[in-house]
Order: sequence, then C-alpha cells, then structure tokens
Amino acid sequence: MFANRRALLRTAALATAVATAAALAACGTDDNDGATTPVTADQVQSALEAGGSITVWAWEPTLKQVVTSFQAKYPKVKVNLVNAGTGNDQYTALQNAIAAGSGVPDVAQIEYYALPQFALGKSLTDLSSLGAGALDGTFTPGPWSSVKVAGGTFGLPMDSGPMALFYNKEVFDKHQLAVPTTWEEYVAAARKLHAADPKAYITNDTGDAGFTTSLIWQAGGKPFSVDGTKVKLDLADQGSTTFAGTWQQLISDKLVAPVGSWSDGWYKGLGDGTIATLVIGAWMPANLESGVPAGKGKWRVAPMPQWTAGGTAAAENGGSSLAIPKAGAHNALAYGFLKYATAGDGVKIRIDNGAFPATNAELKSEAFLNKEFPYFGGQKANEVFAQSAADVVKGWSYLPFQVYANSVFNDTVGKAYVSGTSLADGLKAWQEAAAKYGKDQGFTVD
Amino acid sequence: MTVLGPPTIQATGRAGRGSPARRRRAWTGWAFVGPFMAVFAFVFLAPIAYAVQLSLFRTRMIGGTSFVGLDNYERAFTDPQFWSAVGRVSLFLAVQVPVMLALALLVALAIDSGRLYGRAFFRVAVFMPYAVPAVVATLMWGFMYGSRFGLVGDLNDALGTSLPDPLSPDLILASIGNIVTWEFVGYNMLILYSALRTVPKSLYEAADIDGAGRLQVIRSIKLPAIRGALLIATIFSIIGSFQLFNEPSILQSLAPNVITTYFTPNLYAYSLSFSGQQYSYSATVAIVMGLLTAVVAYAVQLRAARRER
Amino acid sequence: MAATTARKAHRRRSPLLTALTAAMLVYSLVPLLWLVVNATKTQASLFDSFGLWFSGDFSLGANIADTLTYDDGVFVRWLRNTLLYVLLGAGGATVLATLGGYALAKFDFPGRRGVFAVVIGAVAVPGTALAVPTFLMFAKLGLTDTPWAVIIPSLVSPFGLYLMWTFAAQAVPGELMEAARVDGAGELRTFLRICVPLLAPGIVTVALFTMVATWNNYFLPLIMLKDPDWYPLTLGLNAWNDQAATAGGQPVFHLVITGSLLTILPLLAAFLLLQRYWQSGLAAGGVKD
Repeated sequence: MFANRRALLRTAALATAVATAAALAACGTDDNDGATTPVTADQVQSALEAGGSITVWAWEPTLKQVVTSFQAKYPKVKVNLVNAGTGNDQYTALQNAIAAGSGVPDVAQIEYYALPQFALGKSLTDLSSLGAGALDGTFTPGPWSSVKVAGGTFGLPMDSGPMALFYNKEVFDKHQLAVPTTWEEYVAAARKLHAADPKAYITNDTGDAGFTTSLIWQAGGKPFSVDGTKVKLDLADQGSTTFAGTWQQLISDKLVAPVGSWSDGWYKGLGDGTIATLVIGAWMPANLESGVPAGKGKWRVAPMPQWTAGGTAAAENGGSSLAIPKAGAHNALAYGFLKYATAGDGVKIRIDNGAFPATNAELKSEAFLNKEFPYFGGQKANEVFAQSAADVVKGWSYLPFQVYANSVFNDTVGKAYVSGTSLADGLKAWQEAAAKYGKDQGFTVD
Repeated sequence: MTVLGPPTIQATGRAGRGSPARRRRAWTGWAFVGPFMAVFAFVFLAPIAYAVQLSLFRTRMIGGTSFVGLDNYERAFTDPQFWSAVGRVSLFLAVQVPVMLALALLVALAIDSGRLYGRAFFRVAVFMPYAVPAVVATLMWGFMYGSRFGLVGDLNDALGTSLPDPLSPDLILASIGNIVTWEFVGYNMLILYSALRTVPKSLYEAADIDGAGRLQVIRSIKLPAIRGALLIATIFSIIGSFQLFNEPSILQSLAPNVITTYFTPNLYAYSLSFSGQQYSYSATVAIVMGLLTAVVAYAVQLRAARRER
Repeated sequence: MAATTARKAHRRRSPLLTALTAAMLVYSLVPLLWLVVNATKTQASLFDSFGLWFSGDFSLGANIADTLTYDDGVFVRWLRNTLLYVLLGAGGATVLATLGGYALAKFDFPGRRGVFAVVIGAVAVPGTALAVPTFLMFAKLGLTDTPWAVIIPSLVSPFGLYLMWTFAAQAVPGELMEAARVDGAGELRTFLRICVPLLAPGIVTVALFTMVATWNNYFLPLIMLKDPDWYPLTLGLNAWNDQAATAGGQPVFHLVITGSLLTILPLLAAFLLLQRYWQSGLAAGGVKD
C-alpha cells in the first residue's frame, strides 16, 4: 500500500505532530478528584430557590412528568432532561463524556448492577456529603444496599424490581396447570405445557445475565464479593450450582422459547399465549399494559417459585438509581432534584405512571397495596410485589466491572444455549473471562 | 512500483488524451485536492494518530494509565479471540465478495445490454436495499430469519418442512453474507454500470460492423472498460468485509449466543472499547487490522496490475 | 442522440434475460415488501397476522399521521436535521471529492501518487475503534453535541474521490483544458465553465452515494450527539425502537416501521430525480467521441 515511502514518511510525521497535540489536549481532566465539601439540607433548599439549570441523563419514561412538576414547584430551576440512550448506550456516552471532561450531565440514571463500576471508577459524587445519610430507612433494603459501595452512597434508588412470577392464567387453565410454587414444579409445568402444545413454552430465554444473576441471588448464591480492590469470584458456589442444575433441564429439553426478551417476537408471544410465564421484576406491569394489550385480563401474578419447598426467598431484577457524576457543577441543585424524584413528591407521580417504588412508605401504604389491576383481572398485584421486596435475600453484591462481565455473558454462558456445553461449564467460562478482565484492570482476583 | 490508482488512467494516457505525466509538475493541483485532504487529515489521520498513541499505553481502573510500549501489540498477536475473528472475516471475504461482485456484474451487464424490459425500474429496484437504514434492516431480516415466529417459521408451518435455523451457529455466517449481498449488490452494480456507460458508443458501432457476437463484445470491450471499476469495487469490498460490523451487531440481539462479542475484528474492537473501556487495546486491534487490510488490498491491486501488463 | 437510437435499434429485448434479472429483483424487493405491508398494520395486528400480507384493517394513513405527531412531532424535527446533514454533509463531500478527483486526474503535483495510498490506508482502519479518539478530539474542540460533529466527518468520501478521479480522467479531454488556458482562462474558470458540465454524470453519482451514506449515517451521530433535538432520523428511529426495551416504556414498533418507510421514500425520490440528469449527462459524455 505504502509503495511510496515518501508518502508514508510524510504521513508519519503528520501523525506524530497530531498525536502530540492530542496528548496535550488529553491531559488535565482529573482536577475534580478532591473530596467534596459537605452540603447541608439548608444549602440544598436555598439552591433550589435560587434556581439554575441542570442536565439529567435518563431513559426512564416517567421522569418526564416528574420534571414538569419539579419545575412547577421550583420555577427558577430549569431541568434539561435528555434521553442519552438506554442502559449500556448511556453508560458509554457517560464514560466518553467523563473521559473528555466535557458534556458530563449533572444527574445520570445508572442501573444498580452498573453503579459499583462508576463508583469505584471515581466518577460519581459520594452523596453522603450531600446529606444522603438522613435518608436511612427511607428505601427498601435491597435497593438501598445496592447504592452503597465501598462505604459511600453513590446514588438514590429510583425504582426497584423485586421479582415475581407473571403467568398467563388462560393458558394455565386451558392445560390444567397448577401455578408452580417451586422451581421443580416450574420445570414440570414446562414439560406438561410444551407436550400439550408444541408451540407453547413456559417462558423465553436466550441467555440473560441479569436474569441469571437474579436467580442465583434468590438461590442464596454469592458469586461476587468485593473488598476494596480485592475481588472474589465463585460461580460454582451452592446457589449457582442449584440454579444451573435446574435450569439446565429447561435448556436441554428445549422447554424455553428461543426468543430474546424485548424483541417484537417476545411481545407477540406474551400476547398470544406461546410464552406462558415470566419471572421478572415488579416494574413489568407497565410494559405489559402498553406492549401486550392482547393479554389484558389474562395475566396474573404469583410469588417467585422457590428453590426449597415452603421457602420465601426473593431477589431483585433490574432497577436503577439516580447518581451525580463528579464532573457536574451543580451538586446542591442536582441533589435537590434527586431527592424530589426518589424520595419526595416525584415518587407518587412515578407510581401513578406505572413505575415500581423503592421507598418503604409507598410499599406499605394502603392505597398502594389495595390497588386493583384490571390487567391482572382485578388482582391486587402490589401485595405480591411488596412481599417479594421484603423477602429479597440479603448480602448480594455485583462486580465492580459488572457492565463488562455482563457484556461477555453470552460469549460464555450463551454457549449452553446453542451447543453441547453445560450451563455449569458456561458459568465457569464466564468466571474465567471476568477474572481475566479484573486482573487486567488491576484488581486482585481470586 | 505503482501506487494504487485506477488503471483507466493508463488507458487514457495511451489514448493520448492529456495524460498528467506530460504536464509539468506544479502545485496548482493542491489547490483542488487540498480541501479534501485537510478535512481528511482532521477526521481520519488525526484520530488514527491518536489511536497509535493510545496503543502504546494501558489504562486500568486500579492503577491508572502507564506507558507499556508494544505490550498491546504482543497481546494482539497471541490473542486467540482476535485471530478467530480474523479467520471468520477471511472466510467471509473469500466467499461473499466474489458472489456479490459476480451478481453485481451480471445485473450491470444485463441492464447495460439494453435488452431488458423496464430497465430503469430494475436499476432503481436493485439499488433500493442500499437505502435501507440499519434499524430497519434489523426488523426486516429478524422477521425473515425467525424460525419460530418469522417467515422461516411460517414456511415450516405451511409446508410441513423443517428448514434449518438461519441463526444457528452453522448458518449464521451465510445468513450475514446474504444480508450484506442484499444490501450492496445494487451499490456495486451501479458502480460497474456507470463504468460501462463511459464506453464510447463508437466502439460498439465498430464491433457491430465487424459482426462481433454479444459475448465477444462483453469480453473484448465491456470487461476491459470496467476493469478499473471492478478492481476498486473489489478493494472496497475487501475493506468492507474486514470491517464487517453493522450486520452482525444488529443480528446480535436476535442470536446473542451465536454472534460473540469477538465475532469480527471490528466488533471485537468495539466491545473492548465500549463495554470494557479498554481503549488502548481496542486501538491496537484496530491498527493491526488496518495494516492487515492494507496488505491484502495492496496484494490484490498488485496482482491486478500484473495481469494488466 | 443519433448514435443512441441507432444502437437501440440493433438490440432486441430478451425475455430470458429479463426473467433472470427479475429473480434478482424479487430478492431485492421482498424485504422491502415486508416493510410496506407492515406499515399498513396497527401495533396489534403486527403480531397476529402473516408478515408478508396485509391484515384486515388498513391503517397506513393513521400510522403516518401518528408517526408525524408522536411525541410532539419530533419525527419532523429529525427529518429536518437529516435534511440539514445531507445538504451540508453530502453536498460538501461531493464538492470536495469533485475538486480532489479532478486534481488527481488532470494535474501533476508533488505528492499526487501518495494521496490515494494514504486515503486507502486510512480507510482500512476500522472506524468503530476510531470513534473514541474522534469523540475525545471533538469534545476538546467543543464540537460534540452540535451539528458540526455529524457534518464534518461526512465531508470526506474516499470512494467519491476515487469515482471522480476515474471519471475525470475519461470525461475531460486535456485538449479542451489546454484550449481554455490558451484563451487565457484561469484554472478555476476553466474548471467551472469547461470541466464541471463534462463531469456532471460523475458528480451526480457521487452525490447519490454520499447522500445515501449521510442519510443513513448512524454510528457517528450515536457517539457524538446526546441531545435528541439534533438527532437524525436513524438515531430517532432507534430511540423509538429502544422504547420497547425499557422498563415502563411504550413499544411503538408500528411507528418504527412506518417511520422507516417514510425515511426511505425521500431517498428514492431523490434517486429517481437525479437519474434523469445522470442519463442526459451520460449521453452528453457519449457524444464526445
């Protein structure tokens, strides 16, 4: 290609010049590293009254109404709500903006599984310095422990996803299936259903890191433990093994529909009865109502199937927090918005629009618990969800590089879905890939 | 040695139509090519230079950034995931590019022959897929390939057949090849067709008078005339294959367990950078891949040049 | 024109060839048929009807109206942005490629032989991996989240440069340029008055390619733009598609599909329109011998 050596050399010279300029430009982003000066509740209040403008990156749809009412209450504050992408797209944008040192939002939505990565990457403000300690007891234990990383509080829980079993009662009745209370019964129901109607499946699964970790969580597994820069991985612990043993049967016997969650085929299957159940977070009803209108009146909610008969264990699935990136310049104002949206008037607005709360007060209120869902045939579904929130197994933690780990989940565990690899071996490969990355990133891994 | 350039230039030179070599060297040309090169330097060369610089460093979550010399390159050369990706796109290149270009050539010749009913319609219709944005292609092909709920599934139901799943590990590369072919046949067809249109009419008339057959006209007039266009279409297709990204990344949501994060070198570089924040190693992979691509493209060009002689 | 007519008279239409090309046509059009058919369906009937045929209720009109008004008519805004990017980006790219290709074909200047080698060499480096360096550079210059972050990279079309190079080499006779110079015309005047008309078919081809590329540009805007007010159509449609994957989000597949159809239509219209210039331009080029 570079047959002409002179051209090559000239390019190289130009390249060096540009590289130097770029290197110079790349310096000087980390001057925001010092400890944040504490801000009192009064200062937050006066910042709200003084006004100003903040940018919020979030994809959660109900925040739109929250922003409207927030601005009505504090007319001098202008909130610029930007949907910078869902999940990983937004994290990428956030990492890029932080690396560039410009365009960083004042508030960002970050899912619980990704929070440790940003917190340990020193990209987020420790909200303790802004008075988050005063919110102890406000949030349910699962989400509240999820935002606490390495002794700090790096986000305020916005919603939560205590898991429950959503099932299509019409399909269950048609094939005379009992609602499974254990995973063993769940597998049996899967067999019976698929035998009766080869087009119907108990659920869909194409390998989902969030789902898998939630089920391991419920089974009592603690595959990830973090102590400062020391990380321990064990995806062959008791809980992981229990999960893998049971779920392997569903995969081996082709009892789960090979349809990706959130695809059009998924919505179709949920509507026409070919996907009969979902074990998923309590935020799901809003999606069913808007995305699966054909299922109205047919679906019901029950507690998660248990790993041991008579148990009451539950786990969280999904859910996000609102956090304040360090590079943002309006901490007090941003925190004022955080509190309003997650623990103030914003909570009710969000619930009314279909979100599932992470606050104790709402989860215990009569109005909330007694709400009848026409979609679920008038069932008081929140009772099931609230109970699940209370039953979430304690002590779970994610990796400080869970975003990366989840991105290679399908490279490794995914093999179990398309080849002869067993789920247990897949989990082992996942552990190895994650451990390798952890070491590369300078963690002590064992 | 020749530098990559359109062989047609040499042909033009032989025809004696003001070849550049006859004119004295002057800087006037830069006034015309300068604006292009300035923007090019800004949006291509500068980021590449930056990437080269990045590739010499390593940034870790714990421990920050440090200079590591050629460590990243060493890692790339022994990285089985990287080389499996290179192998996959090489296979893709060896099969898909010839098929696509042959189809494009046939359609271009057919349309140019003037022997088709509704020629203008064909030309637009075959080009149309190129205009379809990626998001739309996902939905369309997701539907086409769906063996449970999609067209393949519907066909199986209707005909009682059991067509293989296009998204299974054995067929995925062929399925991707099909999409790429679908998207780019029209594009390549148009390039070849526009080259065919530059053939002077007088040549055809002379051939008619000589009583040359159709195939003879194709062989001795048309193919030589588009050799340059074919070469450049080949080279851009090689680059396209080695950089295969959009189609697998789109299908990933439908076949997440089959299309790994290191399915193609470009997808690998993307995952390293965007899911793993390993900017340095990602840049290294990109540079190595760029060099490999350049070597292959150059080899193809050399061979073509030799055949010309 | 006389030559064209004479040539046509010799050629008979061939049903066999037409049939073979028709097979190609089906291959190209079936997926698009899916798009057209499904743009006539409601969100509900998308799921419960056969994909390649129309369902009972024909709601194309309602879908189009919904697409244009959903979310305060943001689609129209995205359309306007896309037009802006195409006008400045693809327009600029065509101008730069034309100038550059003309220079490569018709001038001998220091570094001429290196130019294309450097261009091809740079294009061989995968763009996705350069996205982060480019983003960091643009961020330093304050260009991210502005239309310039989309327009400036669109200005370079290596393939356009190549096309213009070959085209100019053949379409512009050196004698004509010499004659103009002898008459005392400056280089710019020679180019504008003599060469541009001869280059018209090539320019149209390049314009078409760069237009499609800019229209469908996805990856770079995705990295560069965060403000949906500056989104081009591709990013906007993707955001709508993502709504289905958001807790509490509202799936709007029918709007994504109808929006996609609307996105393609202007391109096709432009293609049909440009094609006429292309034809006459080529014919003009053909007369020269």
